[in-house]
Amino acid sequence: MAASDAQNGVSSIRHAFGNVLAFFILLLIGVLAFSIRLFSVIKYESVIHEFDPYFNYRVTQFLTKNGIYDFWNWFDDRTWYPLGRVIGGTVYPGLTLTAGTLWWILNSLNIPLSVETVCVFTAPIFSAFASWATYLLTKEVKGAGAGLTAAVLLAMVPSYISRSVAGSYDNEAVAIFALIFTFYLYIKTLNTGSLFYATLNSIAYFYMVCSWGGYTFIINLIPMHVLLCIVTGRYSSRLYIAYAPLVVLGTLLASLVPVVGFNAVMTSEHFASFLVFIIIHVVALVYYIKGVLSPKMFKVAVALVVSVGLMLCYGGSTYSIGSIKPNKGMEWKKFKSVRSFLTSLLCDSTYASKYIPIIASVSEHQPPTWPSYFMDINVLAFLVPAGIIVRLMLVLAPAACILSGIALSQAFDVFTRSIKLQLPSLSDHSQVDAGVASPESVVPNDSVKMDKSEDTSKERTSKKSKKKEKEPVEKPLSKSQIKKRLLVLPLETSVIAIILLVLLGAFYVVHSVWAAAEAYSAPSIVLTSHSHDGLHVFDDFREAYAWLSHNTEVDDKVASWWDYGYQTTAMANRTVIVDNNTWNNTHIATVGTAMSSPEKAAWEIFHSLDVKYVLVVFGGLVGYPSDDINKFLWMVRIGGGVFPHIKEPDYLRDGQYRIDSMGTPTMLNCLMYKLSYYRFVETDGKAFDRVRRTEIGKKYFKLTHFEEVFTTHHWMVRIYKLKPPKNRIRGKTKKSKSKTSSKPASKRKGLKRNPF
Amino acid sequence: MSKLIFVFLALIPLLCTSFSPDRPSDRRVLVLVDDFAVKSSHSLFFNSLKSRGFDLHFHLADDPKIALQRYGQYLYDALILFSPTIERFGGSVDAAAILDFVDSGHDLIVAADSNASDLIREIATECGVDFDEDPAAMVVDHSGYAVSATEGDHTLIASDDFIKSDVILGSKKIEAPVLFHGIGHSLNPTNSLVLKALSASPSAFSANPKSKLTSPPSLTGSSISLVSVIQARNNARILISGSLSMFSNRFFRSGVQKAGSPTKHEKSGNEQFFTELSKWVFHERGHLKAVNVQHHKVGEANEPSIYRINDNLEYSVEVYEWSGTSWEPYVADDVQVQFYMMSPYVLKTLSTDGKGRYFTSFKVPDVYGVFQFKVEYEKLGYTSLSLSKQIPVRPFRHNEYERFIPAAYPYYGAAFSMMAGFFIFTVVHLYHKCVTFLNPAFGGFLWAMF
Repeated sequence: MAASDAQNGVSSIRHAFGNVLAFFILLLIGVLAFSIRLFSVIKYESVIHEFDPYFNYRVTQFLTKNGIYDFWNWFDDRTWYPLGRVIGGTVYPGLTLTAGTLWWILNSLNIPLSVETVCVFTAPIFSAFASWATYLLTKEVKGAGAGLTAAVLLAMVPSYISRSVAGSYDNEAVAIFALIFTFYLYIKTLNTGSLFYATLNSIAYFYMVCSWGGYTFIINLIPMHVLLCIVTGRYSSRLYIAYAPLVVLGTLLASLVPVVGFNAVMTSEHFASFLVFIIIHVVALVYYIKGVLSPKMFKVAVALVVSVGLMLCYGGSTYSIGSIKPNKGMEWKKFKSVRSFLTSLLCDSTYASKYIPIIASVSEHQPPTWPSYFMDINVLAFLVPAGIIVRLMLVLAPAACILSGIALSQAFDVFTRSIKLQLPSLSDHSQVDAGVASPESVVPNDSVKMDKSEDTSKERTSKKSKKKEKEPVEKPLSKSQIKKRLLVLPLETSVIAIILLVLLGAFYVVHSVWAAAEAYSAPSIVLTSHSHDGLHVFDDFREAYAWLSHNTEVDDKVASWWDYGYQTTAMANRTVIVDNNTWNNTHIATVGTAMSSPEKAAWEIFHSLDVKYVLVVFGGLVGYPSDDINKFLWMVRIGGGVFPHIKEPDYLRDGQYRIDSMGTPTMLNCLMYKLSYYRFVETDGKAFDRVRRTEIGKKYFKLTHFEEVFTTHHWMVRIYKLKPPKNRIRGKTKKSKSKTSSKPASKRKGLKRNPF
Repeated sequence: MSKLIFVFLALIPLLCTSFSPDRPSDRRVLVLVDDFAVKSSHSLFFNSLKSRGFDLHFHLADDPKIALQRYGQYLYDALILFSPTIERFGGSVDAAAILDFVDSGHDLIVAADSNASDLIREIATECGVDFDEDPAAMVVDHSGYAVSATEGDHTLIASDDFIKSDVILGSKKIEAPVLFHGIGHSLNPTNSLVLKALSASPSAFSANPKSKLTSPPSLTGSSISLVSVIQARNNARILISGSLSMFSNRFFRSGVQKAGSPTKHEKSGNEQFFTELSKWVFHERGHLKAVNVQHHKVGEANEPSIYRINDNLEYSVEVYEWSGTSWEPYVADDVQVQFYMMSPYVLKTLSTDGKGRYFTSFKVPDVYGVFQFKVEYEKLGYTSLSLSKQIPVRPFRHNEYERFIPAAYPYYGAAFSMMAGFFIFTVVHLYHKCVTFLNPAFGGFLWAMF
């Protein structure tokens, strides 16, 4: 008794020590997760990155200035001119509200941070939260050791870093935390069967719905898990408690988010959860009846229900076949909706899923290449027993982290144990038992895990198994010791394996830090390049936006391809025609058509939209590859999708996209070509495009309906103004005649200029 | 103090001569002539301008000192080119300078003649008027000629085919035909800015009267325009005539009898025609301005920055016409306003109170977006009015929808009855004796059944 008491005391001290250690480790993990994402601020500056974050930043500014009700009802008239956009009803408010609340709290504590600073650092803060949530989730599944490993891995998994560096103020920044936390609460509810956690789970789900369209992952993955549990015969009341409240409360809460609204019950993404909701009730009924009736009666009841059901089905189907024949369209629609469900699984917004060319034009929605897969997950790829789209990589990352966390910690577990068992066996055998228990705080959790695996078998026999979780701590120890003995590996192998694992981990850390520092921290509005004569900074975007905001009227409209819409409204504060929220395909197609039309037709399109300025991004001078010429085929495709007179083959020579002298006349005369290459030949005399690595096809031309008003330092952004309609209409007499008379005049002009 | 007065005195000429949008009539007119004989031979026309308060500056067209602008400011409000044969202007003036002068809102009168120079032709072409390319061609009309003792080749024609517009030619009808002797021109029918003020009769054609006609004439019939007026998009007005002698005292004074017509008029219509036409060209007539655009919700006075869908609003604008001396209310029943977003959603004719104010009220359509109040008023002879005012229209706020609608009462009933039922069921379920009902799975099942 005394011995066991002492052992208890020792183990409880160890537990306490382990907990304190775990706490500090977690704290450090948080610091790591936060600080590894600060490379962008250190290397560049504290600035919002890329495209979507600028919109979120603008919305947050509006929220902090005008309050939540005005934000909810915000009708933005500075974008999608002249349609406008109801921001409050079309935006996932989670991120904005989170950052707004943060800012409000800080300000009420008299910490006067600007909204921009709060926005920049929201993502790093929430990645710390996300790694803690990972710890909780993995701990719930596998134990604290695995939890800590998974948390470390997640804190620096490159794919997550890519979306959450400081300044990357996007929905994913908070959504990944919400995602992991929701799963944690789901597992917690499963393990405890507590309604309290089920309610918390629904609230976490609500936060996820607020934050990101990716909430459909949750509402599809959890039903899948439930269904799997049911199919494998693991139904229990805890499963029911974990699932049913989530569906009911979660759906109610989700429909409170304006952007989701009735979609929560009407779109196909959510149908799976409702189907499983029905199934789980049927299963619950069956289990209940099984418990009430004797086995014999149960068989009779099953036979009765099945026969009656079959009859009803038969009657129903004959009736429906007989009466509602022309319903094939419905079937097709259903099929389509299934397809759209699949697409929507892969893409975040239901808007976008309708417009395939636009989705495809977003690089995030394209299948990742294997190098990028390796780049983003790195070592974890070997540890995960596993073609996805790029955005899915982000969701894959936590799963990969958790799985590799478990794998790593188990591997360490096995190897260290085999070392421990073999080293002391040389000296003292009695210490073995203590030695086994001592090094890891993992042990109790390990048993929890074992208990869990045994859970299902126990479930069937008795339903009060909850209390058993603590019970086996003592009992299976002896059993597990025998097991552990069997798991012992040779000493040398273990040592080498541990060294290899440490190396692997070190490699992962090095790679992650490198990725965070080099690959993912560029804000994309400021570009840098290293060359033999030092560092070059390309700040053309902000130069152009500043020019717009200082030199144009407040109500002027600026047309550009939609990629630059958010930045133009946020940085230049000018009205744009289309932006990155690609909700109206026709409008985008109109701009695409204008860009792919000849000058006059384009002028008419733009003029009808009250456009004053046209902005194009051109990388040919400095070799910036993601410029408008490279995106141009998408403009043609999207434009041609709505306006059939734009045909993609007209822009391709033998199926090849080229802008050199072999380019088609349509290509060389379209507005995008002209605006990009206007006066380009003046730069080097040859008009050599460094992105396409060729000389352009048409070098000398004049613009008749547009005039160049601004070109940035590296020619990356060029702004043109639409000329007003001609004041007079010329007569039809041939120019040749008047040319002869105008020649002396122009000659004289030249003469006149000479004195100057 | 004296310094101030000095500054003020120095400013006075500047204030008086500078162009002001409040007084659209021209004041300072530059007249370029081939030789100063024109000044006396066309003195009736010039005197009528002078008597109306114009300040005429005569220069030879090749005078090297002439300049249209100095330090970026135009020195004149209008230009009269009575120099059909000039090949090159003096000073810094050339065709481009004259067209720039027009494009910055100034008026122009061009008189060509049968041997018009390329320079004059180029200016005319740029304005949309194509003179007959044969330099020796004249307009000949063997049935619509003016009876005269001296000229027998029927190149002096009498035309009474005027443009039908009271704004351009005045309300008083021109009784006598107008005498014309010169080159004809044609207009592109698709050109919407140029108008035939005086056209030739259907029997006219344009050819060299001294040579035998070998090929069919390029210009025939009433497609020949003798005098054309152009109103550019910036409301600058241009008069182009194919004949300089039309403006001459001789034509102004001479009597006219159209061939085949028994009536002989004591005096040709030239004087009245050009006096009225010059009034129009120099913006003494037909110049509109719109001011004081107002819009607000019905029952409110202040202009909102945004409307809501289905708001009722009132729109008003004041339109005045320049009479040469003052702004008079413009009265018409065809001024329309559009509520426009890519296409007009509302198109309403404005009613007027006769004092220049036009007003209407309408309901904002059930569409949100960035709309414009647009008044596009383009009427023959008048300057075009183009007003647009941007105004966003927002959807309902979250608390502006109706709270309780009768159609929804069944659903409220369903919701509340289910709540009550669930409550009763819970009570029964929890406090009933039957043990089997304690099974939570069954409870959940029944719950879902509802």
